[in-house]
Parts: sequence; C-alpha cells; structure tokens
Amino acid sequence: MPVSVHKGTLFRVLGVLAALLVLLGAEYAGLLRQLPEICHFLLYFVPYLVIGFDVLRRAWRGILQRQVFNEYFLMSLATLAAFGLGIWGEGEYPEALAVMLFYQIGELFQSHAVEKSRQSIAALMALAPESVWREEAGDLKSVEPEDVRVGDIIVVKPGEKVPLDGRVLSGESFLDTSSLTGETRPKRVGPGDAVVSGCLNGASALRVEVSAAYEDSTVAHILDLVENAGFNKAKIEGFVTRFARIYTPLVTVAAVLLAVLTPFWGIASWAEGLRRACNFLIVSCPCALVLSVPLGFFGGIGAASRLGVLVKGADALENAAALTTLVLDKTGTLTTGRFGVTELVPLADGLSSEVLLELAAHGESCSTHPVALSIREAWGRALDPSRVKEMNEHPGYGIEATLDGKRLLLGKAQLLEMSGIAVIHDKPGRALVHVAHDNLYLGYIVMADAPKPQSGEAMTELRAAGITRTVMLTGDSEENARVVADALGVDEVQAGLLPDGKVEAVERLLAETRQRNERARLGFVGDGINDAPVLMRADVGFAMGGLGSDAAIEAADIVILDDDPRKVAKVIRLARATLGIVRANIALALGVKAGILALSTLGLASMWAAVFGDVGVSVLCVLNSMRTLGMAKRV
Amino acid sequence: MKKKIACEIDCADCAAKLQETLRGIEGVEDATVNFFTRKLTLSAADDRFESVFAEVVKTVKRLHPEALSTL
Repeated sequence: MPVSVHKGTLFRVLGVLAALLVLLGAEYAGLLRQLPEICHFLLYFVPYLVIGFDVLRRAWRGILQRQVFNEYFLMSLATLAAFGLGIWGEGEYPEALAVMLFYQIGELFQSHAVEKSRQSIAALMALAPESVWREEAGDLKSVEPEDVRVGDIIVVKPGEKVPLDGRVLSGESFLDTSSLTGETRPKRVGPGDAVVSGCLNGASALRVEVSAAYEDSTVAHILDLVENAGFNKAKIEGFVTRFARIYTPLVTVAAVLLAVLTPFWGIASWAEGLRRACNFLIVSCPCALVLSVPLGFFGGIGAASRLGVLVKGADALENAAALTTLVLDKTGTLTTGRFGVTELVPLADGLSSEVLLELAAHGESCSTHPVALSIREAWGRALDPSRVKEMNEHPGYGIEATLDGKRLLLGKAQLLEMSGIAVIHDKPGRALVHVAHDNLYLGYIVMADAPKPQSGEAMTELRAAGITRTVMLTGDSEENARVVADALGVDEVQAGLLPDGKVEAVERLLAETRQRNERARLGFVGDGINDAPVLMRADVGFAMGGLGSDAAIEAADIVILDDDPRKVAKVIRLARATLGIVRANIALALGVKAGILALSTLGLASMWAAVFGDVGVSVLCVLNSMRTLGMAKRV
Repeated sequence: MKKKIACEIDCADCAAKLQETLRGIEGVEDATVNFFTRKLTLSAADDRFESVFAEVVKTVKRLHPEALSTL
C-alpha cells in the first residue's frame, strides 16, 4: 500500500476518533437527548461513512462478484446491523461507529507492520543488479542483466555489485560477500579467479568474462528461491489454509442460527440474538492466521539468508525444527578435504619433532605430490636446496634422496623395509610417512584430512540445539574416521562406505529415528557435489559450500553458502524459534476467537471484545511474526 | 512457460482466495499470489501461454481492479 493511502487513512482515523470523543462527551452531558432521532442517527452515521466507505464499497463489490464472504462484507454487515438495532432503540450508535473505527485502526497497524516486514525482505532482494557495464568495441555500454550472454566481457566498477557469475580477466580487488555468505571478511580476487554475482566490489574495477547468463547466475537462483519458497508445502500452512476455508462459512452459519434460535427458544430478545450474531461475524475472519503464519515462515527464511543460508521452503524449516538425528559427511564437511600433517612421531633417541619435519620437508623439496606439498606447508620455513642431491620418486611408495650426503628415505613402510630398515607399525589404517636417514629409522609423520577449525564448536552447538544423535559417514577408513569423530565428539561412525552405501546407511538411520519418535526428523549434511542422492533421501538435506554449485542448490533443502559447519546449528535454532512463533500465533488466534465465540453465545462479550478478537489479535500475531525477521542476529 | 508480474493485493486472505481462483482456470499449471513480495507467478504450457495469461489478467482485474495498476 503506497504511503499516501496510509496517510489518508490516518487522517480519517484521527478525524473520526476526535468526532467520536466529542459525540461521547455530548452524549454524557445530555446535549443530544433533545435532538430528533434522525439527527442523532446522522451524527454517528456520517462519521461512520467517512471511516468505513472503502470497507462498504469492497463489500458491495464482493456481492456483485458473488464472492460474498470476505472480511469487508462481514464487518459491514455487523456494523450496519448494529446501526439497525440503534434505530429500533435496542442498541447504541456509538458502538457501531466505534467498531468500524477500531477495525480501521487495526488494519492501519497491520498494514504498517506488513510494510515493515516487506522492507526487511526488500533489503534482502537488493542483491539483484539493475544494469551491467558491457564492453562493446572498446566502449562501455550500460545494458540489462538479462541481455548479457555467456562470454561477454563486463566491467564491475568500484562499489558496484557483481551482476553475473564470471571469471576475472584483469584487475585486482576485494569482494564483500557478506550479502551471500554472511562472512564479513572481504575476499581477495585477481585474474583467473571466479566471481559470484551478488558480491559487492571493493576499491578497484574488475574486467570479468561472463560464465553464466542472468537466469542461471547465483543471484537469480537465490532470488527465485526466496520469492517462491513453497509456503503451501509446510504442514502447518496446509492446516491454516484448510481451516480458513471452513472457518468463515461455519461461523457465518452459526451467526445466522444464533440470531434466529435465541429469540425462537425464548433465551433472549431478538435484538439480543442479533447483537450476539454480530459478534460472530466480526471474529469470523481467519486473517490473523492467514497473515501471520506465512509471515513467520517468510521472516525465518529471510533471517536465514542473512546468515548466508538458503532455505528452500517453509517445509524445510518445519522439518529442520524437528531434527533429532544428524548425519554428517566427513570429507569436506567436517574436515577441510585436504591432506595435512596432523602428528609428528620422532622415534630415534634425542630427535625432536622439528628436526624430523625439517628432514622430511627437505626430502620432499622437489616433489609436486600432494603429500610433499602438505609437508612443506607444515614446515613453513625456507628450505636450503643445496643440502639435497639426487632425488628419486618411487611412485606409490615414496621418495629416495641424498640429504647432507646421506641417504634419506621418505614414504610407506615397504619402501624402508625393502632397504632392510625395520619400521614400527602402531597405527594401522592411517596414512603415515616413515622417515629414515643414513639407514636409521627416525619415526613417522601422520597425514590426515584435518577437521575444520570450526567443526568442534559446531558439534557442541548442535548438541545444545537439541540434536541427540550424530553420525559421521565416510568412504575413508575406519581408523581415520575414528580419529576425526573422537576429536570432534561425534557419537557414531560408519566408515568405508561407497556412495550407494551412504544412501543405505541414511535409510537405516531414518527408520531408526522414526521408530523412536514418529515426529522426529533426520538431517544430512554434505558438500553437495557427490552427495546429491543422500541429500534428497534425508528429511532435511543440508548442502555445504554451495556457492556456485547448481547440483547442491538443486538437491538440498537448505544450502549453506560458505563452508562453515557451525551454521547448521544456527539454522536449526532459527527453525525451532520460527516454528515456536508460528505455533504461538495459531494458539493465540484460535484461543481468543474460540473464547469470544463462547462468550458471545452466552451474551457476555461486547462488540468491543469482538473487534479485539479480529484486528487486535491480527496485529498481535503480525508483531509476533515480525520477530523472526530480526532473528539472524540472535541465533 | 513462467511469468511473474507485480500484483498488489492488500489483504492476505484475499490473496489466498485469488490464488485458489486462478488455479482453477483452465490451462493454468500453477499460479501463486505472493502477498509479501506482491508478485503473481503464472505457469502454463508454452503454446497457449498468451491466452491463459490474458484470462488470468482478466480474472484478477474483475476481482481486484486495483491490483494490476502497473500493467
């Protein structure tokens, strides 16, 4: 609703509110008693028309279009009936005017709240680029993002958003990825690096070759997901829709019966019956539910995207709130996915870990094998190439070199044993680099796919978020998996699994989870590239590091755009909080409406109470739902 | 084919009812009226998209004359 309409309504509300107060004062002072009835009626009916003409008009339009049962019709009917009662001397005009006035005040509050929510959501949507600078025969032309083709060369000026996915041709800059990933540290990019649409460019211009058309770019995917998040798929949503469909007609019929039967059975006068029926009509709109439930989910999904997490629908949020079991992939999810030195075991007398690593790093100084790279990285200091001579690689076994004039052997146990050097085997199943120098066994270096620095904290947070069982799946060996699981505090490990085995394992765990509690849900966290079938099989599939990976976005229910495992717990907490708010709204709205219907039947509720039961509850529910919008900061 | 247009409905219940009505129109594969983003999204078969779209617009204009002011 444009601001001008708001203002117009606001002035009307204030004017009529003032008029009502003056009239009530005059009534109290007895000034209106001498007036002829028609004047008395008009004194209230004119302000009523001022405040309610749009409601009456819409009600009339509904009747013409044979879509009678909208809230406008019911509100008009109730207030006009109240005026009718007034004319017959059975009711009070002020009540009829006040009901319409308070209805409008409530609507005003409500549309203001909705507008606020919209603005928060629009801020999320600000990812979308408006125009693109494209190089055309040496000139820069501003074109629509939709018109740019793959292979076109575009320029991203300082401070602009990257409009399309692509690769940097020239220029170096820092990108602010926070709108996508929530990560505040700028990312450095230079020639050859991929850039993702939606990031904000830093201080200098970048020339970029476009790698995806607009509709295939990351930004378009994200916007599409957020805008079309399937609100109707969540169970609670379905309940609200079904409820809304039967509630209004049911209450309207009950109102008619009440108006007819109470005087017929002699319980109350016909005027009293009519008054009670009016209350029914006023609370007959399920607006509070229809408005606040989707808004709650919308806010939850919006808050998640502030964390750099895409939630693909209200149902994903609903299931995430019911998670008790979480299955995690090891490589790339809990670990970095790269082999690194995790332990140094010097076994010769007087040998320090540092010297062991120094010898190994020099021995590996010329190799390009990943193990060699990791060992050099672990050493991290300058190497003296003059110490190393005659280096031979034995593919699959290791390296033989001459270091300081003596023979150095680095690699598998077999390599050393072939030269008659005895090796200690006390870590079966783990990746070891044994070291021997001058025919003396010096010890070994343990290589492993090391856990991410945030993984330990992530597991603790998951437990705090109410996950009771964690299982790690991996294709890696049992021993390697154990070390990671024990270090991080994962409950169970299933190792040595092929991709099919992962699906079977998840199916077994799903059955076990359901057996314990029918409502409990199982989630799977994977890197999304190899895990698509498992992601789809789990109740909630979390894809990690999904930025730029279409396969992950496709298969998962929740996409964590960077690769921080702590965000899983955050999303779960967010989901639980969202569902809590949504359920509270449903309980509040149904409770208040049921209460007012019961009291109205007995003639104990005034029309004022009924108006509270309609717009009052609506406003409260919307305000409650709006809390979800700010949740990103609190989880 | 899918098309998205701006659609301003100022009550959530009305938007839900409109969505229901539009889904009942012959040829409509899917229709969503998003009250929060104020967008109407229509999916229909390519070969008859234009006629289905015209019918949808007609229906929206009949029920909510002010909704498609930008169209």
